[in-house]
Amino acid sequence: MSLIVDIRKRLGDFTLEAAFEAEKGITGILGPSGCGKSMTLKCIAGVERPDAGHIELDGVTLFDAARKIDFPPQRRQVGYLFQNYALFPNMTVRQNILCGLRRENSREARERRAREIVRLMRLEGLEEHRPAQLSGGQAQRAALARILVSEPKLLMLDEPFSALDGHLRDSLKLELRDLLKSFGREVLLVTHSRDEAYDLCGRIAVMDAGRLLTVKPTKALFADPGSVEAAVLTGCKNIAAARKTGPYEVEVPDWGVRLQTAREVREDLKAIGIRAHYFSPAARQNRMRVRYAEEMEEPFELILQFRTEGQSPDSPPIWWRLPKDKRPQIFPEEIGINPVNILLLY
Amino acid sequence: MTIDWYPLLNSLRIAAISCVLVFFSGIFFAYYAHRLPRTVKGLLDVVLTLPMVLPPTVCGYFLLLLFGAKRPLGIFLAQFGVKFVMTWYGGVLAAAVVAFPLMYRTARGAFESFDETLAYAGQTLGLSNSYIFWRIRMPACRQGILAGTVLAFARALGEYGATSMLIGYTPGRTATISTTVYQLWRTDDEAGALFWVLVNLAISTVVLLAVNLLEDKQRRGAKR
Repeated sequence: MSLIVDIRKRLGDFTLEAAFEAEKGITGILGPSGCGKSMTLKCIAGVERPDAGHIELDGVTLFDAARKIDFPPQRRQVGYLFQNYALFPNMTVRQNILCGLRRENSREARERRAREIVRLMRLEGLEEHRPAQLSGGQAQRAALARILVSEPKLLMLDEPFSALDGHLRDSLKLELRDLLKSFGREVLLVTHSRDEAYDLCGRIAVMDAGRLLTVKPTKALFADPGSVEAAVLTGCKNIAAARKTGPYEVEVPDWGVRLQTAREVREDLKAIGIRAHYFSPAARQNRMRVRYAEEMEEPFELILQFRTEGQSPDSPPIWWRLPKDKRPQIFPEEIGINPVNILLLY
Repeated sequence: MTIDWYPLLNSLRIAAISCVLVFFSGIFFAYYAHRLPRTVKGLLDVVLTLPMVLPPTVCGYFLLLLFGAKRPLGIFLAQFGVKFVMTWYGGVLAAAVVAFPLMYRTARGAFESFDETLAYAGQTLGLSNSYIFWRIRMPACRQGILAGTVLAFARALGEYGATSMLIGYTPGRTATISTTVYQLWRTDDEAGALFWVLVNLAISTVVLLAVNLLEDKQRRGAKR
């Protein structure tokens, strides 16, 4: 039971190249806006046609350019939750849900299953409402209800929270997580938010500029993103070009320092990354002399920005993020970083 | 005095039939034009919109070129007893050609502003393409299509230039309200002209009122 995707599509000067496999459970597709995430989902759903490649779901070939197989979207049994939920505005919630039940022949069964899903998705009392009268959360539940009654083999969610207010997001995230667990099949979740990806997805595929870069288990990806793009997308704030100077040593010219690493460095190293949380004045290794530059205040955290003594003037200051109550009385003259926390980026 | 109601009957049937023709052909072309590649679409657009910017007499001239009794197409059609020159149904042709761009352009505008993800959502849910077209796309574009239909009907009802070129004015055979107004005015029957002007005014008012009522009702329905 799995989804296998290997597709290419040209759109003007943009080329989409995505190859990955998704197992049961939630696979996140993480990438900046316009990187081709939604286009990938559309190709899988069959509403866009790739130029070349192959798409297979649970052993059934949905698309194969070489063998001229191209199932219409109606026959792919892929559930697609659009960013704006795409509820039909001229129909009530009930009519929208019945649209997902058109494959069911008996009218009685259709009505029964519509009632069931209305109860399950807590839409009671809203059956005769039009989409325009629903709140963001209700619209999302109605759209999910409409998809779930159609019994898709694969569920794809395109930025499911982007249309919602911030305070709704967290509670809906929990709701959706429980729902997706009970769905028990492959789920693809497209997002540009690393928090959403980290929280909901077991595995994450990183996408940038039309290319799918890596697919890794979530924890492994955050611990070792592997590429500059993946480091940026997983929220790494301090990234600088670097080159190998020893099996466990790198030089960072912009910062004017050499750093010890815990992982062995490969020859093709491009850059290193250090997450803003991991600096410490007390760390004994990789100490560098630093100067306070600037600070930014968030509700519960502080971002202290500093520059190293030998840092080139055109490289941006380094971010150090810490809880407000941990703010040092005097800004330290030296700061260190544990070699384990140096990300090697290729 | 007895009134010859023929112009009213003739105008209404010409407007109604050409409106139906234009409704379907306009939607058909609008739907396929909006998904064509840009260059082809631009070219097709010019051809389909020309009747709107050309003087109606010029449209009439081209229609005579095509369907005239001595033209190949006219001769060909005459074999089947179809004659567009000097017949009332020639008026349908003239009105349809002139009114078509109004329907086509408004419908195309409506289709272009349609949120395509609704169609995608329908497809992934297993709805057939024709269901999506008639039950989702058309209702969503209802405003524009309704507006186009009204414009096309009004234009067909008021058609004069192409009509007078193609079917002329024969009382009791090809006379329409607008050609009658001109004819009566020309022959100094001022009262007769005014009468038909008032008839025309009444029809147009009723049509516009009906449309407004219909829109109101639908708006209330959508809010319920």
